[in-house]
Amino acid sequence: MNDLTPTREQRTAALEGMGCKRKRVEDIRFTQGRGNYVDDVKLPGMLHGDFVRSPHPHARVKKIDDSAALKVPGVLAVITAETLKTVNLAWMPTLAGDVQMVLADGKVLFQNQEVAFVVATDRYAADDGINAVIVEYEPLPPLVDPFKAMNADSPVLREDLVGKMSGAHGPRKHDNHIFEWTVGDKELTDAAFNKAEVKIKELISYHRTHPSPLETCQCVCSFDKIKGELTIYGTFQAPHVIRTVVALIAKLPEHKIHVIAPDIGGGFGNKVGAYPGYICAAVASIVTGKPVKWVEDRIENLTATSFARDYHMTTEIAATKEGKVTGLRVHVLADHGAFDACADPSKWPAGFFNIVTGSYDFPTAHLAVDGVYTNKAPGGVAYRCSFRVTEAAYCIERAMDILAQKLNMDPAELRLKNFIKPEQFPYHSALGWEYDSGDYHTAMRKMMEATGYAALRKEQAEKRAAFARGETRDIMGLGISFFTEIVGAGPSKNCDILGIAMFDSCEIRMHPTGAGIARVGSKSQGQGHETTWAQIIATEIGIPADNIMVEEGNTDTAPYGLGTYGSRSTPVAGAAIAMAARKIKAKAQMIAAYKLEVHEDDLEFDIDGFRVRGLQEKFMSMKDICWAAYNSVPPGMEPGLEAVSYYDPPNMTYPFGAYLCVMDIDVDTGVYKVRRFYALDDCGTRINPMIIEGQVHGGLTEAFAIAMGQEIRYDEVGNVVTGSFMDFFMPTAVETPHWETDFTVTPSPHHPIGAKGVGESPNVGGVPAFSNAVNDAFSFLGATHIQMPHDFWRNWKAAKDLGAVA
Amino acid sequence: MAKTHVTMKVNGAEVEGLVEPRTLLVHFIRENLQLTGTHIGCETTHCGACTVDIDGMSVKSCTMFAVQAQGSDITTIEGMANADGTLSALQEGFRMMHGLQCGFCTPGMIVRAHRLLKENPSPSEPEIRMGISGNICRCTGYQNIVKAIQYASAKINGVEFQEAAE
Repeated sequence: MNDLTPTREQRTAALEGMGCKRKRVEDIRFTQGRGNYVDDVKLPGMLHGDFVRSPHPHARVKKIDDSAALKVPGVLAVITAETLKTVNLAWMPTLAGDVQMVLADGKVLFQNQEVAFVVATDRYAADDGINAVIVEYEPLPPLVDPFKAMNADSPVLREDLVGKMSGAHGPRKHDNHIFEWTVGDKELTDAAFNKAEVKIKELISYHRTHPSPLETCQCVCSFDKIKGELTIYGTFQAPHVIRTVVALIAKLPEHKIHVIAPDIGGGFGNKVGAYPGYICAAVASIVTGKPVKWVEDRIENLTATSFARDYHMTTEIAATKEGKVTGLRVHVLADHGAFDACADPSKWPAGFFNIVTGSYDFPTAHLAVDGVYTNKAPGGVAYRCSFRVTEAAYCIERAMDILAQKLNMDPAELRLKNFIKPEQFPYHSALGWEYDSGDYHTAMRKMMEATGYAALRKEQAEKRAAFARGETRDIMGLGISFFTEIVGAGPSKNCDILGIAMFDSCEIRMHPTGAGIARVGSKSQGQGHETTWAQIIATEIGIPADNIMVEEGNTDTAPYGLGTYGSRSTPVAGAAIAMAARKIKAKAQMIAAYKLEVHEDDLEFDIDGFRVRGLQEKFMSMKDICWAAYNSVPPGMEPGLEAVSYYDPPNMTYPFGAYLCVMDIDVDTGVYKVRRFYALDDCGTRINPMIIEGQVHGGLTEAFAIAMGQEIRYDEVGNVVTGSFMDFFMPTAVETPHWETDFTVTPSPHHPIGAKGVGESPNVGGVPAFSNAVNDAFSFLGATHIQMPHDFWRNWKAAKDLGAVA
Repeated sequence: MAKTHVTMKVNGAEVEGLVEPRTLLVHFIRENLQLTGTHIGCETTHCGACTVDIDGMSVKSCTMFAVQAQGSDITTIEGMANADGTLSALQEGFRMMHGLQCGFCTPGMIVRAHRLLKENPSPSEPEIRMGISGNICRCTGYQNIVKAIQYASAKINGVEFQEAAE
């Protein structure tokens, strides 16, 4: 060895593998405006399609007159439900087992519903065409309040389902009822409540909101009549699923459908499902023989594609006087809008809401969810959360604070008393999950120490006394959230989409010179997969991350995968990547043994190559092995160095975290200030700390928006009143608080690299932290539960209702 | 609809085109000039993804007609790199500080930050936050964007960048 021989540290650093704050490879193009998003796709002869939408929330469509529209210069076609019926596409299946109108078929069921699709030479002409389509409506009484959906005298929304007293998820109790989903032991839970020393009961609502990525939903469809092939460029979080859905509903051979998801400008759950725009653009391309682009505008995005949440959760906890929880009972009224278009795994009508026992050792629990139709937009997507996990985390974290208040106990102490203990993992929850790992007490105590929790409580007590003396008009709240997520959907035993198991996949091809390409079934929308996936491979096989190109989103080249949502990329695709890399490594070891003339078992992997045990100088680098794979493999071995892995996870992963929000509210104006926000996340093994912190910052900002003002609101007659960024709260850099991040590491025992996923944790854990801070601030004035979102006006109103403001 | 002839300077080059009077500047830039780095996020002037620099001002090109830009001097994200093709201090800052994720707001954010640093070469954190408040980012929570701009400010001013502790 001489001075120029790199040290082990230098060799490891050169790989930029796992644990490294590797700078993102994506940024080179994104910072120069060289990304390639769907609206950047421009094909020869491309047309533009746009929708005529309903002004009414509930009405009969008496007549659609397109004669004037067809005379508008540039307008080539107007597609209606009647047109779609000729190809059997007036309705489409949803991922939740329901059907949804592609274009209004006799009736409209929500404001801004798609009624007709105008196809024109450019987007301006399409708009002119829309204005010239005359639709005659007969308004019907709207159903807006989900609590009235199952009243005897409520208008029946879904005439296609009248008389069908059974749906995709069992019996229906009313024409506006979709499903009832129950989990847990009712008898045991009732018994726990019957003998409970302390009980709380509260209606905790999680309002309707929307993921609104900065890039809206859009696609370009191009049908080649000669080849019979359909190419779709789209903002798809799950391109392969879209291909299969198109094959099934359009009756096209799946190998003749090419789905390409290029760069995606944020997804947050908005881009999982299939929307009428995709179907109409595809049909329009088939009809006109030209490529057709459909680009949603912001109003359409907010009002027609994919709301999130809208869960009304009646929550009860039974406990002992000492604060040990003994039972949990939750009933959810779920407002699904006009069609059940939730993007959950097929067997889960309320997603994984049964994670609602949270981080606590509930001996028994019972959950019932009723889904209902209303005259609102369909959706129910997982807005930066695993399916309905955000609702569940909000429900239990708010309820634990309410219980603490009732017991006159510190909410941190109550949590510490009821946490699942480290030795209880793997832990079987009362509602059926097996938590893989966790150390909640350590995380909670680290949070309390880092924030000076005890001192903050002392300060709060002093502030309250000062408030009582009339010396201040500010109230101070401490919002704790200790969430447990369930992500990484999921094991084939209980997770599928339309019958396809929710595995994920990776194919790695190493080239002769020691560089390679990895194709993965996931699809980044900003998570930085091109950077982090290469880091996993770098550590696994000892090739620098810079020499690994990662490609996703093209269904012709990527192996089949279920896509990116529900924080499933790292738990599932990340595992597939590690497993594929290990196959590469195993073959590399055989090649190295042959070249070094030793038995395979005499070799050990050493950072970036194989070394003969005990013989420092007998070493073959992975780079050299790649070359050998193409010219001198052992006799009988196939040349080349590539591998594919399809990974069916044995279990979900269970990331968790301890958050604290410190907030001050001026009761006279309702103006709040987030003084401090501390977020400790445990996502298991950390692949790229820089990206993890970025994910946490972003998720917290979305949580902040949701908790403090972001809402899709309807008035009493069904008009959506939050249809633009003027009305729909989008925090800017000015409103957004400063974020402090921290971590513990509890690796997942069943994941190849121990990683758990993190993208959604901050949204899941953040919302209850903000809401608990507001509720904690008002609690000494007599508040038990104030509904979100906590905007200035509602804070002022709360103060007024509590008598704190004259 | 009758078309109007427009000429302007974009990223240092004289360009021209025929547009309808109602054609938005952002569409002229994206469709006619095929400079697709400038994005459309809301079409209502809220999000700033379409921000371009016009005659020394940050302008949201989704609410300006192409004909209104007649004769003006425009810089888009495609004109932000250094003359030798390397990343500008701001572009480098966004990458080094992880100031972007999906990349959709990034062009508008960088173009706006470019003008901000011309107006105020050493902005404080509150000044940066106010200075970019016309640009929405859904991914980053802004914290790293602020750092990216501080990084660029330090580099432009020839001082050492010191990342603030969390």
